Amino acid sequence: MTTLYDQLGGAAALDAAVDIFYRKMLSDERVSRFFEGVDMERQAGKQKAFLTMVLGGPHSYTGKDMRTGHAHLLEKGLNDQHVDIVIEHLGGTLKELGVADDKIAEVAALANSVRDHVLGRA
Amino acid sequence: MPKLLCGGKAVELGPTETVLEGLLRAGLTVAHSCRAGACQSCLVRATEGLVPSEAQVGLKDTQKAEGYFLACSARPKTDLAVSLPDQAEGLTPAHITHVAWLAESVLRVELAPTKTFAYRAGQFVNVVRADGLTRSYSLANLPGDGPTLTLHVRVVSQGRMSTWLASPGALGALVNLRGPAGSCFYVEGRPTQPLLLVGTGTGLAPLYGILRDALRAGHSGPIRLFHGARTPRGLYLQDELRALASTHPQVSYTACVREGAGEAGVTVGALDELAMSAGAAKDQRVFLCGDPTLVTALRKRAFLAGARLRDIYSDPFILAPPPGPSTEAA
Repeated sequence: MTTLYDQLGGAAALDAAVDIFYRKMLSDERVSRFFEGVDMERQAGKQKAFLTMVLGGPHSYTGKDMRTGHAHLLEKGLNDQHVDIVIEHLGGTLKELGVADDKIAEVAALANSVRDHVLGRA
Repeated sequence: MPKLLCGGKAVELGPTETVLEGLLRAGLTVAHSCRAGACQSCLVRATEGLVPSEAQVGLKDTQKAEGYFLACSARPKTDLAVSLPDQAEGLTPAHITHVAWLAESVLRVELAPTKTFAYRAGQFVNVVRADGLTRSYSLANLPGDGPTLTLHVRVVSQGRMSTWLASPGALGALVNLRGPAGSCFYVEGRPTQPLLLVGTGTGLAPLYGILRDALRAGHSGPIRLFHGARTPRGLYLQDELRALASTHPQVSYTACVREGAGEAGVTVGALDELAMSAGAAKDQRVFLCGDPTLVTALRKRAFLAGARLRDIYSDPFILAPPPGPSTEAA
């Protein structure tokens, strides 16, 4: 069973995906404040790791990483709505890359599975 | 708490302490400058233990494989044994052959390495003085120009290296070079892609090299260079750049100052606004050098304007903290 990660073209396609996804996040004033003052290159690396994970590529992300990585953002008011926005932009990114709707729904479900970790509820 | 071993000394690192801070606290002499992971003057090598990857950002794969890392950016979670770079290892002796003023506080320094020194235009070197003082400077010329290297050095009133370079004692002196380092250089392959080069102060040094390197490679796409300074006195190389722009139709050069009366050919305004407003191309390759605040802001704006992350090259110039009574400054 090939993953969506492989179907899209693996690591090479991921650069394009990160460009589209991260640009959407930074341009969206509902979430852009969470990225203020963050080193762009480091952040792009994290976006890449996240996208690799939700597309089923090789990753070493754990729920604990998701929890500790977002703990400081909870203090800034990170909540369910923001996770919804992430999933919205994730879908938009995949659509731009020509991914079919049913696959996008699968990815959204996978992204949803880490929601509680990100929001510190698990 | 992780333990740090070096040269027969052991020191326990505090929860937020870097390897550099630990080594200095242990009384060891370690060359360092920016303390921000940029200048690479505090390169050390791990002989045992796990190197935090964030301390290897910007290093060559070969260096990573050998365990080299930047001491100022390393906060190890486990014990680490470290060896300081052998003072002679990877160093190229060079004579200072020429020093001249380019602008009110900018020196042009020429160095003649005593052996072959390979580099790419736009990279930087670390200059190591006889007493070990180390500072990084960008190369401003092309390998094809000849065997000497050119640096543009901003003379800072408290700057130990820059004030020395401006003094009569520097001419003819022998220093050591470590490097080159940095990935801010022109890569051939997409000769029609628009290039945007933006720099403040001596950020012009690498950009001047990159611009000439692109022309040497036959780059035919538009190349827009913006050089910013606080006042017109901080601008330099204007004649050379205007000459390049007039002989190459694809090149445009804009000199920009924040304050001062608009002189002929000098624009007064905010550099970032200018650089981003003048027909920013979506698919451009961007080179940003100089003031870290400007570099960070423009990196984001260029990305949001449609430049791909891998097409944005930057070299923020982070000054060494001024010499104080203690080396324990944060």
